Amino acid sequence: MNQPASAYFLEERHDPNETHTLSVLVQNEPGVLARVIGLFSGRGYNIESLTVSETESQKHLSRITIVTTGTPMVIQQIKHQLDRMIPVYRVVDMTLTGSSIERELAMVKVRGGGDHRVEALRLADAFRARVIDATTESFVFEITGNSSKISQFIDLMRPLGLVEVSRTGVAAITRGPEGM
Amino acid sequence: MTDKSHDPNQMTGAAMIVRALIDHGVQHVFGYPGGAVLPIYDEIFQQSEVEHILVRHEQGAGHAAEGYARSTGKPGVVLVTSGPGATNMVTPLTDALMDSIPLVCITGQVPTHLIGNDAFQECDTVGITRPATKHNWLVRDVNDLARVLHEAFYVATTGRPGPVLVDVPKDVQFATGTYHPPRKSDVHISYTPRLKGDATQIRKAVALLANAKRPVIYSGGGVINSGPEASQLLRQLVEATGFPITSTLMGLGAYPASGPNWLGMLGMHGTYEANMTMHDCDVMLCVGARFDDRITGRVDAFSPGSKKIHIDIDPSSINKNIRVDVPIIGDAGNVIGDLLQVFKAEARKPDIKAWWQQIAQWRARNSLSYRKNNDIILPQYAIQRLFELTRGKDTYITTEVGQHQMWAAQFFGFEEPHRWMTSGGLGTMGYGLPAAVGVQVAHPDSLVIDIAGDASVQMTIQEMSTAVQFELPIKIFILNNQYMGMVRQWQQLLHGNRLSHSYSEALPDFVKLAEAYGCVGLRATKPSDLDGAIKEMISIKRPVLFDCRVAALENCFPMIPSGKAHNEMLLPEEATDEATAKAFAGGKALV
Repeated sequence: MNQPASAYFLEERHDPNETHTLSVLVQNEPGVLARVIGLFSGRGYNIESLTVSETESQKHLSRITIVTTGTPMVIQQIKHQLDRMIPVYRVVDMTLTGSSIERELAMVKVRGGGDHRVEALRLADAFRARVIDATTESFVFEITGNSSKISQFIDLMRPLGLVEVSRTGVAAITRGPEGM
Repeated sequence: MTDKSHDPNQMTGAAMIVRALIDHGVQHVFGYPGGAVLPIYDEIFQQSEVEHILVRHEQGAGHAAEGYARSTGKPGVVLVTSGPGATNMVTPLTDALMDSIPLVCITGQVPTHLIGNDAFQECDTVGITRPATKHNWLVRDVNDLARVLHEAFYVATTGRPGPVLVDVPKDVQFATGTYHPPRKSDVHISYTPRLKGDATQIRKAVALLANAKRPVIYSGGGVINSGPEASQLLRQLVEATGFPITSTLMGLGAYPASGPNWLGMLGMHGTYEANMTMHDCDVMLCVGARFDDRITGRVDAFSPGSKKIHIDIDPSSINKNIRVDVPIIGDAGNVIGDLLQVFKAEARKPDIKAWWQQIAQWRARNSLSYRKNNDIILPQYAIQRLFELTRGKDTYITTEVGQHQMWAAQFFGFEEPHRWMTSGGLGTMGYGLPAAVGVQVAHPDSLVIDIAGDASVQMTIQEMSTAVQFELPIKIFILNNQYMGMVRQWQQLLHGNRLSHSYSEALPDFVKLAEAYGCVGLRATKPSDLDGAIKEMISIKRPVLFDCRVAALENCFPMIPSGKAHNEMLLPEEATDEATAKAFAGGKALV
């Protein structure tokens, strides 16, 4: 019997990983975050960043923003798996909407004196980072922007006496008048 | 303040639970009492509408409820206590989740003020069972209890069915609050399962089916879950199209095994004709099945030349393992009905004579054949005799997990849905005996047989005591080969015949064990004894443990070695040592 070639999926496996930002609107009830996180760990999906907060307290709605990586098939699975959870209202792939804005906030502590201190201030100014705490030997900068801008700023601070960083993770929203 | 003492909807949490069960038409609850559910048991004691079936281990309650649900289409209800009661339920909950069985499990919990305190018999029940349920709830306020219970029943039984759990602290059971009967607003508005298939997609599917040269229908448990009408519609679709049909383990009975278009089960231990048809088809219609690894074998060689249509109620089943061309989200019965209508209106039965001739050649390989033996009972022969001697009777079959389960699937012909209860996805040894208890509770006058193995049956054998107490005449038909047969088969095939811990040392005398439990023990050791003993078993109106001594080293074929393609099956007559070693080379790491 002449068999057809059996390479139907072989290229699937070599699909490159993509990074997607998902916005998930959920009922804000006990355990809902554990459900979402449990799904990711239980099924072996990646979480690059996770941001959660209640966004509409009257309706008890929270918005979870997840940055994840995977092949297109895995990303599709993640969305379906999230969508079928009972307290999940909507899952929107912000990356696929093509017009989303992503922002992250970081607080960056830098310690040093002399030229390093001046250079840190100068760079902060260039990145539109604000000084939110200062001592004679340190600064805490607040910086907002997309994740790569923040990472770049942190990299620049490293030789200038970077002590520690606290990042919020990504929040995302679509452009234009429509909500999710 | 108004006087609420005469308001009939004012009641304790414990009373609400029993009331909700009644409002949802529950007639039987499987359970085991304990400290944290005593108020509920007190309510159960004082009423007669809900009958409580006392099991011997909480796992037994879970599987019994699964058998009950699978054989009736109604949700199975379980009531267990906190801590160990809840943890013992994890296996049946996971089992029900994998096989999409509707279960409502109510667990007791320590009082709210003790939660988190490592109190006696406390555990994080909702945390532990979160990945084991479709959804679960911890109820902290008695006034939320009615809503949560109604939502629990709704979630368990709608969409893709599954197990749910409601954890009720003891103080909430004692507290008084307001009950309300089920109403629409009890359900999360975020939960909206989709039942009706997209019309455009259905048209696309019909176009593919109408032009198929080598089609196959591959149906699964979703058709059974959808209800008996779905099976009827599937039969009509097979009739209207003239297509061959195969089914997963979970889907047996949706299309009758005696039907002319039946190819037998597919997958790892499926028939040669079913797997070859899947591999060589040009159009595949998958209904209510999920391309599980036991079905597909090696995914990159799975049915490489076919266009695939996939009907499933769960969007996450689509494109999970196998990329499909025409996905249709919806309830199996609903979509088959629409599909059938469009097909009848717009298409004609395609001419697939050549395809049927090809299938006839594959069938002629007779892949389920085995060498007859006059001295020793072969397990395949035992199932065949059991099937023949129960034909025409009102029979329900449950199984444990292992070789006997596969032989039952291969050799017992199912004519109707809801007659076959087996643990497919999770593969839970010990499922069949308690499941038989549950089936018999639902169908007291039917013949309920658990086809078991000597190892599996010992995992939940204590439920014989339940069967005796409630006068449930279940028949436990043990294919006793004194091995964990499937484990041994894999050790023989993949681990150089080193039979590490797969021999059933120190087996009990099952006949004496039956007598100890107060039921009937039978034994057959020779083929010539078998028919008489089976007839005797059927005629006894009490629980029976049947010790059927079968050939110890028989293995289950045909078999697709793990990680191989459908057209790389190993047939029984080809399973020489050399061929086997070659077929299984490199597959050791796969499950």
